[in-house]
Amino acid sequence: MYSFEPTEEQRMLIDAVERYAVNDLREAARDAEESGEIPRALIEKGWEMGVLQASVPEQYGGFGEHSAVTGVLAAEAMACGDLAIALAVMAPSTYVMPILYGGTEAQKEALIPPVIEAEWKPYVAALTESRFDFYLGEMSTIAKKTKSGYSLTGEKAYVPFADQAESFLVFAALDGKTQAFIVPPDAEGLTVGERDKLLGIHALPTFPLTLEDVKVPTNARLGGDDGFDPASVIASAQFTIAAMAIGLSKAALDYALPYAKEREVWGKPIAQRQSIAFMLAEMAIEVESNRLLAWEAAWMLDEEQDASKAAYLALTGASDTAMSVTDRAVQVLGGHGYIREHPVELWMRNGRGISTFAGMAMV
Amino acid sequence: MISFKMPEKIEQSVVIMETIAENMMRPVSRYFDEHEHEIPWDYIEFMHTSQKAMGGGGVLTDSEKKKKKEGPSISFQRLAFTSEILSWGDVGMWLCTPGGGLGGAAVNATGTPEQKERFLSHYRGEKPVFDAMALTEPHAGSAMPAEVRMTAVRDGEEWILNGEKIFVTAGNKALVDSDGFVVMWATIDPEAGRAGVRPFVVEAGTPGCTVTKMEHKLGIRSSDTVSIVLQDCRIPFDNILGSPEVVKKKKTKKGFKGAMATFDATRPLVAASALGIARATIELLKDMLLEQGVEIRYGLPRSTMTNIEREIVDMETLLRSTWLLTVKAMWLADERKSNTIEASMCKVKAGDVVVKVTQRAVELMGPLGYSREYLLEKWFRDAKINDLYEGTGQINRLIVARRILEYSRHELS
Repeated sequence: MYSFEPTEEQRMLIDAVERYAVNDLREAARDAEESGEIPRALIEKGWEMGVLQASVPEQYGGFGEHSAVTGVLAAEAMACGDLAIALAVMAPSTYVMPILYGGTEAQKEALIPPVIEAEWKPYVAALTESRFDFYLGEMSTIAKKTKSGYSLTGEKAYVPFADQAESFLVFAALDGKTQAFIVPPDAEGLTVGERDKLLGIHALPTFPLTLEDVKVPTNARLGGDDGFDPASVIASAQFTIAAMAIGLSKAALDYALPYAKEREVWGKPIAQRQSIAFMLAEMAIEVESNRLLAWEAAWMLDEEQDASKAAYLALTGASDTAMSVTDRAVQVLGGHGYIREHPVELWMRNGRGISTFAGMAMV
Repeated sequence: MISFKMPEKIEQSVVIMETIAENMMRPVSRYFDEHEHEIPWDYIEFMHTSQKAMGGGGVLTDSEKKKKKEGPSISFQRLAFTSEILSWGDVGMWLCTPGGGLGGAAVNATGTPEQKERFLSHYRGEKPVFDAMALTEPHAGSAMPAEVRMTAVRDGEEWILNGEKIFVTAGNKALVDSDGFVVMWATIDPEAGRAGVRPFVVEAGTPGCTVTKMEHKLGIRSSDTVSIVLQDCRIPFDNILGSPEVVKKKKTKKGFKGAMATFDATRPLVAASALGIARATIELLKDMLLEQGVEIRYGLPRSTMTNIEREIVDMETLLRSTWLLTVKAMWLADERKSNTIEASMCKVKAGDVVVKVTQRAVELMGPLGYSREYLLEKWFRDAKINDLYEGTGQINRLIVARRILEYSRHELS
């Protein structure tokens, strides 16, 4: 049966996350953006909502059952507050979820509980690389088999909290196939570079990471000797950021709507003019239709179907949605939209990054 | 619980519909495009016979009501699939489906149980019958039903209807080629504006009801589009759809709301039909490209895709997102929840998507796309109607905008 109705339990989670997003994140977003710092208490509050913990089974320290659908619902709700802070809260998910999807039983038991059972700590993935043609299926960072394990060499980028990371999950190509390796922050040959300066998400500290012949033992490879099939991780990376893009777009639409009803020109609200009203209608249509792509991809993964194409289409649609909707939100506000007193310019900058951010959160 | 699992019952009908679309529609699609106003009787007879065999009467009124206890209703969702798949076959022929017209949808949305039985039982007869809905008049289309000029005056146990309707889909089949009916939107109080508008059923053979013109169109040529003139056309009193109170209370908005309730069902239906054409186009495009050795690679970043890959990935994204929204609109209808905004949303986007996809396809395939040897140019012509009928893209944008802004039509028009 088709159904577009979240369960009662999911509804409660969404409501709680939405409250946090609107009351806490939206309030803190501008200061965090301008100062480049997120108050740790704010991240901790988001972490305690337990989105990640609830999707990890009990035997690995969580208190739930994995559901990608629940994950995308929560991801959208959180990103509706502020994308950068939501990515900060969810940063450990990029470490835990690949282990959950592709790790051996021993890896799951050893690696997940220390993340899940503690307060928020920066366990993060090093995934993105700084090339125009980067994508998740093809890494330039190379892993080579050695006598006692693997050697990793390459450049990573956009690694959140790399300067204080507890541990890294580094993605690299082994014989041309994307694989992942646990790398401790003090590994020899690992260097954290200068903090990135980006177009948006200024609140989130991200760094380049250089690996020069970094040696890791055999059991550091995700999935053990046979490795793991990265398809689920790539799909999750795509539909999670897609859902967050929808949250971001929803925020922009919800901000532009009341503004358009208040702002008057020639004696009546601009929302009563078709040029504005039609833009708003189209924004709403894009949000509503593209949201369902992310839902469907997540549902397919939960059903153990091949979600690769669905997740890819979801990201394609959501990336376009985020750009067009945030751009139009700025347009509806006119000159005011360009001023940093309003959040729409920030959302527009963040919106452009969606396709680049794939892999910075996973559910 | 969010789920995208196709119900088993729909899965079964999908297989049947696909067979019909592929074997009964596609082979004659070009023929009926080139022979405008010829009627695809083979398809029609087949559909009529098989609908009867399945115990239903008409596409819109399946046998589900007889088995109400079998869980939630899925009839609107199934209808979306039917519309999508048969439009994939041939949209003009889909519009020729007996018992599948908008007249039936209006009766379903606004009629009393007695009226539903009386009018929809036409479908169960020996011969196929058609139905149509007439709203547009020469002076106004999108402004309907507020500016209806066709009048209905009560005379004892009869109504006398006068006026002209245009752009009536399948009107000729309903009134001339079969013993069908047309739902006419007429006003019982011309002073009252849209509040005076009511739906009336005019059956084939009623004196004073004449088809006066058959249009020649850009596409959907196997479907007739006609003008109908009513001149002192007398119909029984109880052919006014809905309960008698809609007659007594002149100021009630029930008539208008009836028209709107009809659209809540028919707009997603049109969206689904549009998306059937879009899917057909994308599939043929990919097949033709594959023959030339061009295979679409999925998963790449835009910066490394070829232009054709990017076009097709974008088309597929648009198609899928709009289809899911259409299913959602129909799911809401099945759940008996309000779906007005979703109905207009999917209609807007489906109209845009099918027009864009078909126009791009002709461009991308160059001389092949432009040639009548292939169906791409036909679908380009068929597609455009979806951005026009059941409310243009602009009218539906207005409806969406009013809803999200919480504006009345006085505040935003």
